[in-house]
Amino acid sequence: MSDSNIKMVAPPEGVVGEGFFATKLNDVVGLARANSLWPLPFATSCCGIEFMATMASHYDLARFGMERVSFSPRQADMLLVMGTISKKMGPILRQVYEQMAEPRWVIAVGACASSGGVFDTYSVLQGIDKVIPVDVYVPGCPPRPEQIVDGVMRLQELVKSESVRRRSSPEYQELLASYNIK
Amino acid sequence: MSLETTQIQDKLLETFGESMFHFNQEKDIFSFEVAADKITAVILFLKNDPVLSFHFLTDLCGVHYPDNVLERQFAIVYHLHNWYENKRIKIKVFINGETPEIKSLTTVFPSANWMEREAYDFYGINFIGHPQLKRILNMDEMVSFPMRKEFPLEDGGRTDKDDRFFGRKQSNS
Repeated sequence: MSDSNIKMVAPPEGVVGEGFFATKLNDVVGLARANSLWPLPFATSCCGIEFMATMASHYDLARFGMERVSFSPRQADMLLVMGTISKKMGPILRQVYEQMAEPRWVIAVGACASSGGVFDTYSVLQGIDKVIPVDVYVPGCPPRPEQIVDGVMRLQELVKSESVRRRSSPEYQELLASYNIK
Repeated sequence: MSLETTQIQDKLLETFGESMFHFNQEKDIFSFEVAADKITAVILFLKNDPVLSFHFLTDLCGVHYPDNVLERQFAIVYHLHNWYENKRIKIKVFINGETPEIKSLTTVFPSANWMEREAYDFYGINFIGHPQLKRILNMDEMVSFPMRKEFPLEDGGRTDKDDRFFGRKQSNS
């Protein structure tokens, strides 16, 4: 093991002794979740092209535990919305979000998904946070792969520090209720 | 021998006389206007006449002219194409601004189905006799006809736009 150059994630804070390691369950679960986020790409325009570059060998999002891109919302943890979402698409996006199992996170990639971008018009949804809650916003039009990776890493930080029970907290319930999601 | 525009004009005037107006060559396309009640007959004639044989409907769309007199506030534009002679024509029909309606062309060209739905979607033009006149591109819940000039282009729900940064206002009040 000593001559291997495989990089491993550092263990969470804890107490090390002879033959044992004690830490908080929250930290262990957070670490596991953060490094095995399965992305669900919801790509509708140019940001999706940038995401393809992010997934490819040069930027290699798989380094962060995202080797498998899940095209089924039921098996995905992280919804990446990339591109302009028209109002007609809104209910479909919402249905995809509803089909994801908890815990689930959402990244709005690019100006259109975050705020509607240049498309301030009757047919375009002015930011996906009008229909589903969003955890991380990545600015840019379109953002470079580095920015998308940065967004994912920020989400990882969020996932790591999140309490295992946050998803049943009254605040979270209230948030979902405000979007009328059961 | 190619199909001359004078030939088209003469044939149409001979058959429909009073209902045809404003024949003119607009750049490279021969254009004219037809009275709204005659449009289906005119297009059917253009399609079936062995010499004219405009058997392809390239496009059908609406136009809104809010400043025109009430009887001419909406226009429907038909583009026809004769593939044998590679000749294109453009037909305009003006209709009422308050209750825009016209006979559907789906009986002559089935391809008019979606084009008429699009014109209904954006202009609220009622195509009488259309088999399924409902919105095609916009969401079903939409109440406006967005290409009409009285409806705003911009979405009212935008929250991040600060007029000062767009050069529209000096102050933000």
